[in-house]
Amino acid sequence: MISTTTLFGLSSVILVGLGLFGLIVNPQPLRKILAFNLLGSGVFLLFGVIARRGAGAGLNSDPVPQALVITGLVVAFAATALAVALLLRLFQETGQAITLDTEDPSIHAPARSNDP
Amino acid sequence: MMQDPSNLLVLALVLPVAGLLLALVVGGRYAGRIALWLMPVGLAIAVMLVVSVIRADDALVYDLGGWMPPLGVALRADGLSAIFILTTVAVIGATGIFARTEFRTLPGQPETRTSLTFWALLLALWGALNLVFLSNDLFSLFVALELLTFSAIPLVCLDGRAGTLAAGLRYLLFALFGSVLYLLGAVLLYGAYGTLDIGLLSGLVRPEPVAWGAAALMTVGLMAKTALFPLHFWLPPAHAGAPAAASAVLSALVIKASLFLIVRLWFDAMPALMNPTAAQVLATLGAAAILFGSVLALRQARLKLLIAYSTVAQIGYLFLIFPLIVRPESGSFAAADLYTELAATVVSTSAWSGGVLQAVSHAFAKAAMFMAAGLIAQSLGHDRIADLSSIGRALPITVLAFALAGMSLMGLPPSGGFAAKWLLLTATIETGQWWWALVILGGGLLTGGYLFRVLAPALFGSRQSVTLRAPVARYREVVVLALALCSVLLGFVRLGAFDLVQIGRLAKAGMGLP
Repeated sequence: MISTTTLFGLSSVILVGLGLFGLIVNPQPLRKILAFNLLGSGVFLLFGVIARRGAGAGLNSDPVPQALVITGLVVAFAATALAVALLLRLFQETGQAITLDTEDPSIHAPARSNDP
Repeated sequence: MMQDPSNLLVLALVLPVAGLLLALVVGGRYAGRIALWLMPVGLAIAVMLVVSVIRADDALVYDLGGWMPPLGVALRADGLSAIFILTTVAVIGATGIFARTEFRTLPGQPETRTSLTFWALLLALWGALNLVFLSNDLFSLFVALELLTFSAIPLVCLDGRAGTLAAGLRYLLFALFGSVLYLLGAVLLYGAYGTLDIGLLSGLVRPEPVAWGAAALMTVGLMAKTALFPLHFWLPPAHAGAPAAASAVLSALVIKASLFLIVRLWFDAMPALMNPTAAQVLATLGAAAILFGSVLALRQARLKLLIAYSTVAQIGYLFLIFPLIVRPESGSFAAADLYTELAATVVSTSAWSGGVLQAVSHAFAKAAMFMAAGLIAQSLGHDRIADLSSIGRALPITVLAFALAGMSLMGLPPSGGFAAKWLLLTATIETGQWWWALVILGGGLLTGGYLFRVLAPALFGSRQSVTLRAPVARYREVVVLALALCSVLLGFVRLGAFDLVQIGRLAKAGMGLP
């Protein structure tokens, strides 16, 4: 029978994999932001698993990773907020859904939009 | 206070953050004044820090709250941190003076959001950079990197136009990709070794799969933040689209912070992992960055994009130090080779000094170039390279500063860039890796090529008169010239830099003995 720690560990691996795939492959910024959150959740879950595994004598779990996960969540939340704010502002400015493909000429050549 | 020099570490962090909070309270009208008043204080602290590190001949350590690692979190300043902190305050101070009028609120006029944002973020950037250079704990470093990213990105899209917003968003997505990979690596290290303190890790990390995985994840993540080829796509639009003062700080300092962390990781936190293959891979990417960035810089039509691609190229040089410190044959630190101990010590020091000098002289030169490009763009109303003919007649000081900074980038003597590249070249020859010497020389030629494209028409153009749309304040030109001169004059202080870089290195000679 598979143990809880292994189960959660494997789930975190799946989350990390899905998140990385989405972050790299998906051209739409909103999906990239969501994928980043998925990836982040995977990392935090992994940290929780490590906390559980590394529990000292008489403790349920190692408290250090939990403190770090809370900080990490705050940082990830702030990052998501900043990204969504930028995306909304960009949508207001251009009025269209944006893709951040490397081939997108409007991103690669800001020359036109940058002339005063 | 001065009885214990390690208090300086705390001061270096508290000063910018206090300034930031004060600026947010009093508003944009006074934010610039607060920032400008804090910068001399910060400079004094940085100088005292350098002096203290030299005098102590060891790293300064401050345990936060008196708790020692692994229970607590420590701040640590070695020679490398001290040099970077001094460079940071010098470049940020120059940027502050340069931007003084651009982002000020005139009396009687309503306060602008841009002005408050710029000054608050400049202070935040300063604090975050100091935190990166002083932290000695992988998680504090993660927080520091995130602070840095969050203060850098709004600077990119300060003007709020669609082009710069898109550049900022792309920068953010690359940076988030980088930071989450870095965090994943840190989590793996914690899982394997139960600590995140760099000093403790350096003795614990063994060459085993989990450490390799963590090292690979963290390095790739930090490469994305440093914009090392092939993860550089975000840099040119972001750095070229930002206001000149902001691009100067971004290109000179922000990307160096994640690079500093890569160096910390490989040489301080995980010295046991550092082996020739990893070093050669990093340097190969660096070499690709030099060639690719330079060739793309040659093809740019706009001055600011050219300078941004030049940053992509110059970052590459900093990754060449890895194989020069770690020699291919011995499989451990160059200095650990018992038979050629004397020669090897010299090799390792010259690669270290060359790398640091390259980072510092590039910081000054690139800040000067972006500011010069900003002045040119402001006075002409555009920065198309094709139309810069004879601009040297109209803006002699600015173009002189651009040329001096370019001299340092190319590596012409007696500039800081020359000394850096000379030290790196010496190291390539002494370690018998001539192929990196070819890359350094080829990169220098290409740099000469793209700067010649700008400077030849600017200085020797045939146009008799250039009409300027807006006059350029003399003091701003002087700031740019001072930065460029700093970059050139660094070529004369290289002998002094030798010892400082080595102070407090965790992995000293002999540590890498198998």
